[in-house]
Amino acid sequence: MRNYVLKRILLFIPTLIIISFVIFFIIQLPPGDYVTSYVAAMSAEGEVFTAEDIAHLRAQFGLDDSWVVQYINWIKDIVLHGDFGYSFEYGRDVWSVIMDRLYLTLAVSFIILVFQYAVSLPIGIYCANHQYSAGDYIWSFFGFIGTATPNFLLAIIIMYYIYVKTGNVYLGLFSTEMLQNGMRWEYVPEFLGRCAIPLIVIGTSGTCGIIRTVRAQMLDEQARQYTLTARAKGCSEATITYKYCLRAALNPVVSGMAGSLRTIFSGSTVSAIVMNLAIQGPVLLTALKSQDMYLAGTIVLIQAVLVLVGTLLSDIALAWLDPRIRFSERG
Amino acid sequence: MAFFKKKTAKDESYYLASQWVLMWRKLQKHKLAQFSLSLLLVLYLGALFADFIAPYGLEEFSSLYKNTAPTKIYWEDENGDFSRPYVYKLKKVNDKKTWSVIITEDTSEKYYIDLFVEGGEYKLLGLIPSNLHLYGLVNEAGEVDRSVRVNIFGADSTGACIFSRILFGARVSLTIPFVSAAISFVLGILLGGISGYFGGMVDNIIQRIIEVLSAIPSIPLWMALSAAIPPGISVSAMYLYITIILSFIGWTGLARVVRGKFIALRKEDFVMAAKLAGVSDFKIIIKHLVPGFLSYLIVNLTLGIPGSILGETSMSYLGLGMKAPATSWGVLLKETEDLVSVAQCPWKMIPLVFVIITVLAYNFLGDGLRDAADPYK
Repeated sequence: MRNYVLKRILLFIPTLIIISFVIFFIIQLPPGDYVTSYVAAMSAEGEVFTAEDIAHLRAQFGLDDSWVVQYINWIKDIVLHGDFGYSFEYGRDVWSVIMDRLYLTLAVSFIILVFQYAVSLPIGIYCANHQYSAGDYIWSFFGFIGTATPNFLLAIIIMYYIYVKTGNVYLGLFSTEMLQNGMRWEYVPEFLGRCAIPLIVIGTSGTCGIIRTVRAQMLDEQARQYTLTARAKGCSEATITYKYCLRAALNPVVSGMAGSLRTIFSGSTVSAIVMNLAIQGPVLLTALKSQDMYLAGTIVLIQAVLVLVGTLLSDIALAWLDPRIRFSERG
Repeated sequence: MAFFKKKTAKDESYYLASQWVLMWRKLQKHKLAQFSLSLLLVLYLGALFADFIAPYGLEEFSSLYKNTAPTKIYWEDENGDFSRPYVYKLKKVNDKKTWSVIITEDTSEKYYIDLFVEGGEYKLLGLIPSNLHLYGLVNEAGEVDRSVRVNIFGADSTGACIFSRILFGARVSLTIPFVSAAISFVLGILLGGISGYFGGMVDNIIQRIIEVLSAIPSIPLWMALSAAIPPGISVSAMYLYITIILSFIGWTGLARVVRGKFIALRKEDFVMAAKLAGVSDFKIIIKHLVPGFLSYLIVNLTLGIPGSILGETSMSYLGLGMKAPATSWGVLLKETEDLVSVAQCPWKMIPLVFVIITVLAYNFLGDGLRDAADPYK
């Protein structure tokens, strides 16, 4: 087990290097750079720029070097000084811009991840144990609709419904009172209520996928010989379901965990723009559009690294869950 | 004796049937998949013959009809008797109380809905010039009047018929995922195949690339890639770019599956036999290995298409995909981007119904194909 974990962690490093390279390449891909879009925006407002001004700006931001040199400088600063670069748009360190929203982004993503598994595991098990029952059909129906509706539209539909019902639009995670007075205990119920909308909107697409996987896996396992043997020997149904079948069925679910983290990041980006959530999605979109490349690059890098860590953790969890993986690595 | 003979004939047709025939027969037993397949056929035919079915072309909009609700169609005349379906034209009226302009029906004249009515010129399938449309309006004298419109799904903010735009949008929304799935298919088989067949260093590199691409959350990746599309390019070039972006992300999952299959298959005797007979590596991959799990790949592909459809929608919504005047379902749904437009013009959500139907149909078809392709069921 220890060797397996060590090996996985060592493999993590080259992947990290490649991923930062790919991200930087993609981010600098659009034609022009921040100075181009900055000059275009300012010229539209009547400012006049001479060619010298532009050249000066470029030199100041270090945009004259080739992108490989820029990439190497960027990585060097990250590794040596923990400096993620400078956000042109915000006029301060990328890291401080990101820290404004990082905790909330992580909290929202984590809550959604927990919510997805807490909801979909029991439902998946129920659907498998009651195959072709009314409940099975109802949940499958919801599952399909949830996967088939684009996230942002689901957000609008739910917000519209709430608006019609309560006459109040719940935009963002905090109400004006919360922002003015800071967080107090009496605001907690409202905060949780406000969390519910993004939770449902971003969570559903993943939830349905997990329900379907769990259901299919459980049905497969229940058809196996060992289940029949256990039943013949008089094991209780609860033991068969939770101790035998579920453990075997969890394999693809656990390995899909990093994938669901990835869908959460994607889903939350679009939904956050619709719902005006103070998380990183909207910042990323504007950074990409104005070619604020260090900011955009760092946000995508953080998300990608989190997904990689998620993959690593789920691989380790898998090795712990399934001895076959451990032993094959040893041999 | 006759019974005996009949049975052998039936058996024979079963044993002699190819893998694909068997799959097709099993698929026919899967009613939901059959239904989905026909539904998709209808949608694709609708997109193909959009010029004919849609009453109005993409350039035909009328400011009078801006943001108007679906045109009310009457089936009864003044006496309450059944009549040919007819509509009234719209007129602007000044509200005496609020002094605002409101749009109401002008009930002085009836306009009947007729089939095969002359309208805007187009070329059917890009070949046959015609000006006939499936339906349209004629006045009581039987003449075509193009100023009055019947918008069965209402009108958008430019006053264009949403039904027509859905049909034209289907051309983009239904083919982009299909084409990009086809590209991912080729990339997935090639790169996954190379990775699994040769192993070693090549395998390691390709695996790392896949890991990297699948670790970057897809929407930021789309956003970054489509920000790289130069502005002001033609619609068809835009289309090409979006297709490439979607397939660029889509191939990784498939490549992983293909690799797994190749690793399992490459040690089989028939591969060794082919190698000894001097068959080239490329030919072994394409001729001997791929057909062994092609059915499985097609299932995978079908289940991947809904993701691209939703992806195209999100991209257009963020303003990174197709842009007006080009039409796709995502562009249409962009009109519903805020609460106000949904509250005032709920009919603008109708394109969503088409998105959901298509995504569900592909999912059900994929499920049916999966069951049909599984020889143990």
